[in-house]
Amino acid sequence: FSPVGKMFRAVVRLSTSGVRNLARTRPCYSAPLSARCYSHAKVETDEEFDARWVTYFSKPDIDAWELKKGMNTLIGYDLVPEPKILDSALRACRRLNDLASAIRILEAVKDKSGPHKDIYPYLIQELQPTLTELGISTPEDLGMDIL
Amino acid sequence: MLSQIVYLHWLSFSKLSHTPSLPIALPFSHQEPKLRHSNSAPKQAIAEERVHFLIHIVFLKVQSLSTNMLHLTKGRVGCLLSKRAVVGLTNSGARMSSHSHHEVSDQVDMSQPMYWDRLDTPLPDRAWNDVLDSKDKSLKEKEKGPWTALSKEEKIALYRLKFNHTYPEMKRPSHEWKTVIGGMFIFFGITGLVVFWQGHYVYPPQPHTFGEEWQAKQIQRMLDMRVNPIEGFSAKWDYKNKQWK
Repeated sequence: FSPVGKMFRAVVRLSTSGVRNLARTRPCYSAPLSARCYSHAKVETDEEFDARWVTYFSKPDIDAWELKKGMNTLIGYDLVPEPKILDSALRACRRLNDLASAIRILEAVKDKSGPHKDIYPYLIQELQPTLTELGISTPEDLGMDIL
Repeated sequence: MLSQIVYLHWLSFSKLSHTPSLPIALPFSHQEPKLRHSNSAPKQAIAEERVHFLIHIVFLKVQSLSTNMLHLTKGRVGCLLSKRAVVGLTNSGARMSSHSHHEVSDQVDMSQPMYWDRLDTPLPDRAWNDVLDSKDKSLKEKEKGPWTALSKEEKIALYRLKFNHTYPEMKRPSHEWKTVIGGMFIFFGITGLVVFWQGHYVYPPQPHTFGEEWQAKQIQRMLDMRVNPIEGFSAKWDYKNKQWK
């Protein structure tokens, strides 16, 4: 209980609060809820992702290169695109008068589903109105799904 | 004589597969378009040829033990390369004239947009067939109208104009594994021959201590010395009954 000891304790207390002030840029220390230090980058939600891609393919004067680039990028992702994105892409093919690419897109998403055999029939089911409206035959209709 | 047999085999095989006489595996060989239903028979024929060829090679290898080894290996390497070229240029039939941008030479112009069949790139940089005759052109005009008016054959034709292989065709299994396994076994066999030859010609005579008599005396000496009497060597010997336990 010497005054020196008290002084030390005060110094320690001050220094910890000082540390906390310095560490304000790391609010994970102070905020009680976020106990983990995750990256603070904004994560795009699934809906935002879908909306972004639908908008991309919905461009009225989309050109062939943009369609190719968009499709190749989309297939490069580790996901099977939602029916609404594919619908937008198929309509882009229609604007570009490109039936072959439309069929190719359907083949590509079937391949993308990999071992999950129930994804492609679901996609076709969801896209059926668009397919009949635009007159796009599926690879199965054309007999191109077998060797 | 054996080298001649191998050379004749190689020549006949390369003639069968229409590969150039110097077998080079072409890395960017454009595959000839083929009718959809003409794939199975020639492929099977080539696969059978390959199997027969491998069996021939095995027989030749068994027969030849000493001379002409260099000729054999050269022939065999040439055969493997020609097999690779066959795999690359499958069913090299007549080149369809309606394909532009198909390099007759081995060089590919990388400064131009290229076509490739890739599962992860559904829409390559250019179409497969750029040179359109009048029939194709009229089909392309029809494509600008409603697609409901197109027949199935027309839709397939439009697809084949733009793309070479469909996805199932891209993913078709090949017979390459047979080449690989066959080549592996050939090299195992060569290695076996080399090892055998080495054992016969290179190794010095075995030391005299390996002889039956010497070994028997050695074992007796070890037992007399009580080598590892608790858990090891001598522990397994029954000294009373003079036999192994």
